[in-house]
Amino acid sequence: MPEAIEKIFKQHGRTSDELIPILQDVQKEFGYISPESVKKISRYLKVSENQIYGVSSFYAQFRFTEPGRHGIKVCLGTACHVRGGATLLEVLERGLGISCGQTTEDKRFDLERVACLGCCALSPVVQIDRDIYSRMTVNRLTELLKEYE
Amino acid sequence: MNKLTKHIASAKKKWEMLQGNKEPIIYVGAASCGRAAGALDLLTGINAFLEEHNIKARVMQVGCIGPCYLEPLIDIKMPGQPRISYGNVNEKTLALILKTHLLEGKPHAKLALGHFGREPFDGIQSFYELPMLKPQVRIVLRNCGLIDPEDIDQYLAVDGYQGLMNALKMKPEDVIGVVHQAGLRGRGGAGFPTYRKWTVCRNSPGEQRYLICNADEGDPGAFMNRSLIESDPHAVLEGMLIAGYAIGASKGIIYIRAEYPLAIERLKSAIRQMREYGLLGKNILGSGFSFDIKIKEGAGAFVCGEETALIGSIEGKRGMPKSRPPFPAVAGLFKSPTIINNVETLGTLPNILRNGAEWYNKFGKEGNRGTKTFSLVGKVRRPGLIEVQLGTPLREIIFDIGGGVQKNFKAIQTGGPSGGCLSEEFLDLPVDYESLAAAGSIMGSGGLIIMDDDTCIVDVAKYFLDFTQKESCGKCVPCRVGTRHMVEILDRITHGEGNPEDLLALRTLGDTIKKGALCGLGQTAPNPVLTTLRYFRNEYLEHIKDHRCRAVVCKDLIEYRVIKEKCTGCQSCVRVCPTGAITGPRSEPHNLDVTKCIKCRSCYEVCRHDAIAGDAIVIRSAEKRI
Repeated sequence: MPEAIEKIFKQHGRTSDELIPILQDVQKEFGYISPESVKKISRYLKVSENQIYGVSSFYAQFRFTEPGRHGIKVCLGTACHVRGGATLLEVLERGLGISCGQTTEDKRFDLERVACLGCCALSPVVQIDRDIYSRMTVNRLTELLKEYE
Repeated sequence: MNKLTKHIASAKKKWEMLQGNKEPIIYVGAASCGRAAGALDLLTGINAFLEEHNIKARVMQVGCIGPCYLEPLIDIKMPGQPRISYGNVNEKTLALILKTHLLEGKPHAKLALGHFGREPFDGIQSFYELPMLKPQVRIVLRNCGLIDPEDIDQYLAVDGYQGLMNALKMKPEDVIGVVHQAGLRGRGGAGFPTYRKWTVCRNSPGEQRYLICNADEGDPGAFMNRSLIESDPHAVLEGMLIAGYAIGASKGIIYIRAEYPLAIERLKSAIRQMREYGLLGKNILGSGFSFDIKIKEGAGAFVCGEETALIGSIEGKRGMPKSRPPFPAVAGLFKSPTIINNVETLGTLPNILRNGAEWYNKFGKEGNRGTKTFSLVGKVRRPGLIEVQLGTPLREIIFDIGGGVQKNFKAIQTGGPSGGCLSEEFLDLPVDYESLAAAGSIMGSGGLIIMDDDTCIVDVAKYFLDFTQKESCGKCVPCRVGTRHMVEILDRITHGEGNPEDLLALRTLGDTIKKGALCGLGQTAPNPVLTTLRYFRNEYLEHIKDHRCRAVVCKDLIEYRVIKEKCTGCQSCVRVCPTGAITGPRSEPHNLDVTKCIKCRSCYEVCRHDAIAGDAIVIRSAEKRI
């Protein structure tokens, strides 16, 4: 980890406006923001750890626990909502036995909600990893999950 | 300027060769939405076909032309023929299309949607004659879906950067003058005259000025900015150069949602090409104007669409709004004069500078000049990205362009979560900033969500308020506490536990938040509730007094039933029921135990889609409970 994070630092200056870009790169590299990363960032930018937590917890993008192997994002944008996005989320919560924002015990899936993926005309949509699935139904979604190990 | 003239000449030549192509060209609409509909699978299929039949053809990924309901779209241009478009292409129709059009050289007339030529062609209509396209006026979206967004030469060939060249020949003040005459108003939502903001910024003292492109398109149900950037990134970037020149900025920043990875990719490649062509950096085109552009990815906070919050976020802080004045145009990013313009505002500028203010004044109406893009979604037959003149009546947008509503029209939500829900009586309302405001709604950034009988108005109001409540930054009390209270009340009502006094409480809370909140998010948050209270009061009362949800959406007020006479006993629903609520032997009407039913809709879906099932499962509003 030390090398990887140093490499990220090299791409950014030491001004405080680099905090969010650094956090984004750290999350891209490690999947989440660990307490160790926060310590290192704090030393690099000369910004207190509290301040880093303050900023990072404000934004929905950042997570502080290790992610699962596959990330499921259920779109709850307006168009998806009126076409049943919330029902999809409920079905997933029940099926995976976790609530939104959690990771399954076997680390297979992460479940998150997202405000809008911008594919409103194809609603409801669900994103798994980088693939967006459109015009989802409860039954198709249940089938789809079997493809992810 | 000479260097660019050379580039333009060679770009035009390349473009002409593309128009008089010797080998077939296949265009695939591969913006995010096209990809979600399966465009990349088509791409693989096309390449495989070309290889199998040993055909030399050019395959080009283009952006989104707008009619999302036809996704995925492919176009084929054979030598000597116009470009012909096909919609809703799947594996099966792709094989048919490629066989007839590529191998036999004749368009598949039955599957073809339209052609892009000037002359009539072989019984196929012009693409722009499609009912969804015909009423539209495409200025901002003029290149979307037609050019390769990753090739600057194609943008140059269609007169790209001409607006910038015109601007650079003028004094910055005169550029502002042209924008003033054009009557351009900010397309981010509030509709503030662009020239006024610019003048303030230009006249504010300071060595460094910033121009920020606001691409933090956070409204759920809106994707105009994403589509424009993915399909024609140079239009936005050219607009940034023009704006930067006008206000005297040397640094530009694009603040874009991290949820739009493809748009970010396209911007990055476009910026690279601009640098190669001398359109960024020091002394652009020998004019003495220097400008550079950086991309900043947002980190997922809706409130960062607000100007001062956005600035905070770029500075590396929590994205919380500040009270104004001072306005960002005076003291913004790092306390320097800063202009924040929306993607669409910037995308309009090249057109105004290229064709002049007088030309732009031909569109729209007095005080509301030009066009506006909208994402038309929800329960409309032809959802998609559209562009119309300001002042177009809602009816034309919903029924002529959108093809009407799936069931009966109930409401239209304009302006995203901060806008209002308008009822049928407003269908003839012209879409302009003032008319929408007078009806209690707003223009917003351009999300239009159509609702029909199957949409519960109370549920939708709760949805929007729940959204703004979650996205409230928590800085000021009216927004932080007030929205929370409103959500709690709405939640009670949708659970059938409301009382008649709740409506007055909602009203009072809403009015207070509107007056007391610090920023635009809070000031507009109550709009969905206040407008629905005004136009759909009966639906609230039904929930409260009769415990009835007429759209059968509110879970506590509905139940699932099996109609015995219709049930064929096919067992499809028994298999999908996750709680074992449905039982019964094959070929006999099934039983549904309402105490076990979690209302997950699985059974309803299979009963509707399975051919042997008989549409036997229905969802009903519960009987009145006392």
